[in-house]
Amino acid sequence: MAETPRAALLRAGGLLAVGLAAFALLLLAFGRNPLRAYVDILASTLGSAYGFSETLVKITPLLLTALAVAVPGRIWLINVGGEGQLFMGALGATWAALHLADWPRLPLLAVMALLGFAGGGAWAAIAGVLRARGWASETISTLLLNYVAILLVHYVVFGPWRDPEGLNYPQTAAFSDAALLPSLPGSRVHAGLLLGVLALAAFAFVVARTRWGLEMRAVGGNAEAARRLGLPITRYVIVLMIVGGGLAGLAGMAEVSAIQGRLRPSLSPGYGYTGFLVAWMAGGHPLGIVAAAFALAVITAGGDILQITQALPGSVANILMAVLLFVVLGRAGARA
Amino acid sequence: MTSPTLSLRGITKSFPGVVANDRVDLDVHAGEVHAVVGENGAGKSTLVKILYGFYRADAGQVQLDGEPVAIHSPEDARGLGIGMVFQDLVQVPAFTVAENVALFLPFALGGAALAGRIVKTSQQYGLDLDPQAPVWRLSVGERQKLEIVKLLLARARILVFDEPTRSLAPHEVAALLDVLTRLKRDGYAVVLIAHKLAEVLAVADRVTVMRRGRVVASLPRAEASEATLVPLMFDESVREPAPHRPAAASRGVAAVELRGVGVRAEAHGCGLAGVDLVVEAGEVVGVAGVSGNGQRELGDVILGAVPCATGSKRLGGQDATRWPVARVRASGVAFVPDDALGLAAVESLTVLENAALGDPRRYARAGGLAMDWPAARDDQAQAFTRLGFPVPSLDARLGTLSGGNVQRAVLARELAHAPRLIVALNPTRGLDARSTAATRRALLDARDAGAAVLLISEDLDELLALADRLVVLFRGRIVGAGRPAELGVETIGHLMTGSVPADRG
Amino acid sequence: MIAPFVRSLLAGAVVSGTPLLYATLAEVIGQRAGVVNLGLEGVMLVGAVAAFVTTVHTGSAAAGVLAAGLAGAAFNALFAWLVIDRRANQLATGLALMFAGVGLSALVGAPYIGRPITGLVEMPLPGLAGLPVLGPALFVHDALVYAAVPVAIAVRWALFSTRWGLAVRAVGENPVAAFAAGRDPRVLQYQALLLAGLLGGVAGAHLSIGIAKTWAEWMTAGRGFIAVALVIFARWQPLRAVAGALLFGGAISLGLLLQARGLAVSPFVLDMLPYVLSLAVLAASGGTGRHAAPASLGRVFRGSS
Repeated sequence: MAETPRAALLRAGGLLAVGLAAFALLLLAFGRNPLRAYVDILASTLGSAYGFSETLVKITPLLLTALAVAVPGRIWLINVGGEGQLFMGALGATWAALHLADWPRLPLLAVMALLGFAGGGAWAAIAGVLRARGWASETISTLLLNYVAILLVHYVVFGPWRDPEGLNYPQTAAFSDAALLPSLPGSRVHAGLLLGVLALAAFAFVVARTRWGLEMRAVGGNAEAARRLGLPITRYVIVLMIVGGGLAGLAGMAEVSAIQGRLRPSLSPGYGYTGFLVAWMAGGHPLGIVAAAFALAVITAGGDILQITQALPGSVANILMAVLLFVVLGRAGARA
Repeated sequence: MTSPTLSLRGITKSFPGVVANDRVDLDVHAGEVHAVVGENGAGKSTLVKILYGFYRADAGQVQLDGEPVAIHSPEDARGLGIGMVFQDLVQVPAFTVAENVALFLPFALGGAALAGRIVKTSQQYGLDLDPQAPVWRLSVGERQKLEIVKLLLARARILVFDEPTRSLAPHEVAALLDVLTRLKRDGYAVVLIAHKLAEVLAVADRVTVMRRGRVVASLPRAEASEATLVPLMFDESVREPAPHRPAAASRGVAAVELRGVGVRAEAHGCGLAGVDLVVEAGEVVGVAGVSGNGQRELGDVILGAVPCATGSKRLGGQDATRWPVARVRASGVAFVPDDALGLAAVESLTVLENAALGDPRRYARAGGLAMDWPAARDDQAQAFTRLGFPVPSLDARLGTLSGGNVQRAVLARELAHAPRLIVALNPTRGLDARSTAATRRALLDARDAGAAVLLISEDLDELLALADRLVVLFRGRIVGAGRPAELGVETIGHLMTGSVPADRG
Repeated sequence: MIAPFVRSLLAGAVVSGTPLLYATLAEVIGQRAGVVNLGLEGVMLVGAVAAFVTTVHTGSAAAGVLAAGLAGAAFNALFAWLVIDRRANQLATGLALMFAGVGLSALVGAPYIGRPITGLVEMPLPGLAGLPVLGPALFVHDALVYAAVPVAIAVRWALFSTRWGLAVRAVGENPVAAFAAGRDPRVLQYQALLLAGLLGGVAGAHLSIGIAKTWAEWMTAGRGFIAVALVIFARWQPLRAVAGALLFGGAISLGLLLQARGLAVSPFVLDMLPYVLSLAVLAASGGTGRHAAPASLGRVFRGSS
């Protein structure tokens, strides 16, 4: 994890090329034209203003869920719970939207953001405490908590918060206008993108410039030495899990408030897991996260396009993502 | 005299900067316990590792039953019937005794037959093992018995024990010595690496003394006694005259005061018990002892990295028994360990960043949002200069520096802000001569400037040269104290090896 | 009133629990060898689609099961290569494997969506099927269901009563000890993962040609992850896995039954049970739970250096 940014970008580029080639071979094997497929993907995501804006829409949650992995990842904690933390954040934001529906916009959005962060943060804190006390690996506990969170959302959406006019669709009532995050006119790009970029910048700043970043890097670099230097390792475990989970929670708040306008179980097509991939491909580098989020957003959007133009199932994009990750993992192989 | 089963001839092995084994000859006969004794650094461990295939000798030969053999790996050693009793590195704690044995045997043996063989063998040698017992429940002594049974069932003929009594309780020691006696009675050849002379004298038929990589003597039991062995192990006449700088007369408040401190023993360690220790400002207190007798625990308990199970600790007059490491360090306690990259520094960070970690609060600005790097840079540069070290590139990653330079960087950081207490744990181990001299000078300068220095070292020369007062650590207890000159090397040697000096006053 | 309910519940538990059991056994073997495979989901999907496609083309469910096993083993071999030879992080690689499995199975299965098949046939056991309540519940199922418990027993035998199993478990506990005893940890891990892949593929096969008898994208719906949780619940023991799979299968079945009867208990709350239970078990066992997990789980053996 100690490369120069230029070397990291070059490496990422090389790996991307290998991955694209492998995917192209697969498409050929199934009788499709890889060149047309790639052109379709690029044209739909980058070739038009609207396409580009949709790509930005997809990048937004990925930036935050990637941070959910990268922040605790600084001290080698493995947070696989981005999905659940995202949902819990959405849950918190939804509560505010439904129960404070007549509040003015700014305070309401602020409370929603707060509860979004709190929801995701608290969810991750469970795993953090379990890990800090030495009772359970955060990998397993965050994974299990994912399911509980998703089921919780199912429960409220089919139960207490069900839309009375919803004709039995699993969803909550629509949010009032005040509860909707504003978007740029003519597109769905919303304030969440700004949030994601700011969070990334803050992360980069904290790690590189602040005392806490220095201490985090020390803990991540040599925990035994950090212990003897008096660094509060337990505190960092819990705090970083909360921050990571909170950021994923914000992603949930943004998705539910800007894109969906109500809470549905289909809120996230695996943003939490994709965020994990983004963070891994980027090696935790903030700039790398932007690049990888961009690449994966293009790919997932591309998956939707390929469904139409090439009659391929949408989840074929998963293969490309997986291949890229395989290539990255196969090269890295340093840390187990 | 029968011909030896195992013969080492002219074994020589060097590592960068040190000759670990210098033309070592050793003969081991069947039905005999041959003990190899010596100080730390005498080369005993290296010799045994060559025998077991972990290292390859630079020169020399190993002969088995008169025939030269090549041992390039532990596999080879096992195939030749050489067995080494480790601690629990090669055991699976979650398995039962029987499963561990079965795993180790090169042939298939299971179920009742295996259990029967285990019981029979263990009874034969007073080892008393239950084949179904899970290993994690066994004590260190019992785990050792498991190792022995494994080797016996795997048909080893030569058994090597490396410091086997290190973590054993007295009654377990007696039991082990009994096992060794039975083994030799049944014709096994036993090599025993040890430094506790009482035990050695209880079982050995032959004692070889090593010092600084060479064999200095090989005595039959009849000629061996503490009186004859200790001088051979710690030959005073060979030591360089100590360039000792006496401390100034006046003293101040005790920098650290331990009363009855005990620490729980961990897996391999031996913990601490009933330790009383005082270090005053302006003096160097040396802690002598053979490795593994509680040195690291002592450093850690003062630092606060390990809690006091019993007793109390005072730092600068205040009760610091429950202080976290950060508070201990903030009160002016510096820590200079041997394994810098393992215990004191982060190799992926730069020299400057590591320096700032010595006291992050000092350089934090705006509540932690920024770091005053220029100030840190200045402080570090000054620290290096004050110590007489050349100032290195502060922006280089610590991992790119040589061992000596890493240690200097750690020293500079720790001494940068005039600590009141310096806990040094083997600070010059593995360093070249220049770095060693510089480190020792730095410690003495700090003492002269009023710091209290606790020098925990396995290098007796170092202690004799630097310490104003000396205590000896043995099995986690302080067994002797006094001025080095008054104690004398021989007495110190006795204390380090747990034997009673002939004329204790 | 009660008897038919219990009968349906039991039958449902057994049927729903079967793929869970195979998948859990697969993960137990892998984790006993020290490897965590979060991509079990993907392996199951690959097996499911292989079984379905093969059954459509050959008309033989047996061929389908065989294909599923082979496909699962091959897919897991990719995982094994990355994790053992390339020393990639096990968790990240597992997740990537999941994604690959989802996408690959979707790609291969696309032309077969909605195709009807006969699949695995229910085979009532003569005599036993006639027993009251228990008969229809336990003894009117397909071959894979019947084979599940015997397979669990076989896995237990392989892991705990053979030299191979001892060596595999040693690798998962302390690879150094296995290495010092002359075994090759890497070879053993490969073998374990191939076997795990086989069982994972069979788990998927039962889903597609045993239960659903149709193909749909991502039809495992997270069962692979449930299996990973079940491994912890079962404390890495094959026979406990049977109990766990039955329990969790029962929870699934209960939810469906209650919903069918219009009961007020939210099925989602019931569905949470396995996970919350696992978490509670994790937290409660704390220190002692550590003893149950293979000590070297997730770490990579470096070999002689």
